Amino acid sequence: MEDLALKDSWLQEDGDKEDENNILDPEIVDQAESPDKELMTINMGPQHPSTHGVLRLVVTLSGESVVKCIPDIGYLHTGIEKTAENKTYNQALTLTDRTDYLNPLINNLGFSLAVERLLGIEKQVPQKAQVARVILTELQRISSHLVWLGTHAMDLGALSTFLYGMREREIILDIFEKCAGVRMMTSYIMPGGLYADLPSGFDTDVRNFLAIFKKKWPEYHTLLTNSELWFERTKGIGALTAQEAISYGVTGPILRACGVKYDIRKMFPYIGYETYDFEVPLGKTGDVYDRFMVRMLEVPQSIRIIEQALDKLPEGDWMINDPKIAPPKKWQIATNMESLIHHFKLFTEGYKPPAGEVYSRVESARGELAYYMVSDGSNKPYRMHIRAPSFANLQSMPLMLEGRSNFADIVSAIGSIDIILGEVDR
Amino acid sequence: MGNELYRIEDFFTINATRPGDAQSIMSASPVGGVITTTIDNLANWGRKSSLWPALFGLACCAIEMMATGGARFDMARFGSEVFRASPRQADLMIVAGRVSAKMAPAVRQIYEQMPGPKWVIAMGACASCGGVFNNYAIVQGVDMIVPVDVYVAGCPPNPEALLEGIQILQKKIMAGVPNPPDPMNYAPEVVRDPNFGRTR
Amino acid sequence: MTPTSDEPANPVQNQESALEAERFPNVTRSEMRAADGTPTFIVPADELLNVLQHLRDEARFTMLEDVTAVDWKKEPRFQLVYNLLSLERASVIRIKVTLPGENPTIASVTALFPGANWYEREVFDLFGITFTGHPDLRRIEMPDDWQGHPLRKDYPITGTRRPVMPANQFRPVGRSNS
Repeated sequence: MEDLALKDSWLQEDGDKEDENNILDPEIVDQAESPDKELMTINMGPQHPSTHGVLRLVVTLSGESVVKCIPDIGYLHTGIEKTAENKTYNQALTLTDRTDYLNPLINNLGFSLAVERLLGIEKQVPQKAQVARVILTELQRISSHLVWLGTHAMDLGALSTFLYGMREREIILDIFEKCAGVRMMTSYIMPGGLYADLPSGFDTDVRNFLAIFKKKWPEYHTLLTNSELWFERTKGIGALTAQEAISYGVTGPILRACGVKYDIRKMFPYIGYETYDFEVPLGKTGDVYDRFMVRMLEVPQSIRIIEQALDKLPEGDWMINDPKIAPPKKWQIATNMESLIHHFKLFTEGYKPPAGEVYSRVESARGELAYYMVSDGSNKPYRMHIRAPSFANLQSMPLMLEGRSNFADIVSAIGSIDIILGEVDR
Repeated sequence: MGNELYRIEDFFTINATRPGDAQSIMSASPVGGVITTTIDNLANWGRKSSLWPALFGLACCAIEMMATGGARFDMARFGSEVFRASPRQADLMIVAGRVSAKMAPAVRQIYEQMPGPKWVIAMGACASCGGVFNNYAIVQGVDMIVPVDVYVAGCPPNPEALLEGIQILQKKIMAGVPNPPDPMNYAPEVVRDPNFGRTR
Repeated sequence: MTPTSDEPANPVQNQESALEAERFPNVTRSEMRAADGTPTFIVPADELLNVLQHLRDEARFTMLEDVTAVDWKKEPRFQLVYNLLSLERASVIRIKVTLPGENPTIASVTALFPGANWYEREVFDLFGITFTGHPDLRRIEMPDDWQGHPLRKDYPITGTRRPVMPANQFRPVGRSNS
């Protein structure tokens, strides 16, 4: 590099383009020069504090404003779909936790619904399991939104929101740990019901959490919702029209912030969501602030659903009674020959859904999570494809930003999309 | 008892000679009274008490790493006050998550950008050995690419497990245990193409 | 208003058959059991754009939810699957295209649904199906210089870059212990 001190182009107003680009950020990978504008292409990520995972953005800037913004994904590609083709259905369930790792229970639910539809046992899942699934799904949604809020706000400078979010999330993770033994990758919602019975005191634990959370949730609103600084960073940024969003396949809070009422829990209800009374918040302009408000307003609705579900939670079985699909109770294996044989068959070979295909969609915290599964009658899925909401949502990010944002708005937009690279790359 | 019968460095590093081999945690505890000077002790104490991790959360373990930095498990009380975004200002790289084939050169580059003295914790099963994913896409253990000082097991490890890993690392630093040999020095073809080093 | 046979437990509320037989004579109903009740149609490759345009504009299936592929090991080998959703009518439909050959090509639908861009890149990367008319067809999940298409059934799960060793001779690559 030339000696910086001797540069005359520092003082000239329209100095040499290549010299000016050279002295700037050492992370320049490419230099796009156009005759009338000075464009600078820089590389953000894959290791970057604000990209929420290993996302690489190639951003072309003209000064401070974004001209092009191209996401480059694949840095977390895990081959989950290929790995699932070599595992039995219950083993593939554990892989699904790791796609969208902020709401593993909802991933498990999507997978379980797909397999239950393939097996044809969807109506036979006991009521206790269905209601418990609703409670766990909504708790998982709350915990995912808490992490989203914490990281989004932390990127934009509000560091204390992160600590607030983590504080409440720990209580939810304690509940999951009591149910499944694991804080995060629970694999608790299995095809057929739940993996194990709900722990004693589950009802009390969840009610205690709700009591605490209802007192603490207004604190989050006081932190950000009416803050002038928050408005500056989020209002009018990254707006998407409903037409653009639909044509890109965007779903979830982003689509709802554009004003389109698409919530799978209302439109194609599953596990009994039609029996619960809740609202779906909608936004107007589709900018970052509207997405923020949609998610903030979804959390009280989740609390409402949990309360209704807790009142409905019956006693009974947590798994269907079919010994060809559900493992027998542990105490039966020691005394009953048939249970032993069923246990052996299930854990070595697994159940074999009849040949067919299914596309089951659930509403995850990010949008429409769907599992497209093809079975060929054997004990392993022939094809398991995960339709990840963040994949389509991230595709729309250049639309949000190109031509009308500053560089700092990229961070707002990424946070508002709430991407999880695990499910984008699978 | 004393260190005149064997070289302390060999004792701690004899197991970590090939990529894919785990260095035994047992060998990380100081044995036989390591005699160092007061200045060395002071330097080691300073290094272990203010380990600043580089932000290197890749996947699910990153969420548990963030929870470790949260209020309940609070990594800051052990010295990791800030997560530095730039690797040039960090001395600890916690590889939290699975390393895919596309990401492996970036991991190596971040490691090389960190100034010494530096340490690496492989957090979680995927960073330690490939974890749940024994397939074409995932590097089977990040020790194929960078020298790892401490492995923390779990999928994802509890924040308490990560804190234990950090404390083991702090014991190692206090005892003056050197880093394991860098795979780039003895198996560069593996570092440049991590899947080639697979033995299974 | 023909309902699908075999109503499953949670029927997706779509009763209309959006593709009339008179207008698209080559489109056939799929024979595979659709456990979720979604009407599934097999469309020849050259009529795909027409069918999708009709579905998007007239039948109001405005959202393309998913584009994926399945590798049936026998000929015809690949089958592309498009899942579409109509928000106004709360109904879904599935379109399948069967593609023979080792490295088939098909027209890209990004002109109709811009959201298919990355989905088609992913199918290209993982299956090797080329999409003509795609604005930017390159690998998306694997590194750019990767050889092979991982999700094909003949691609081994552990990848093709692994040194192949007989099971009784364990000889690790890399420095030995001495």
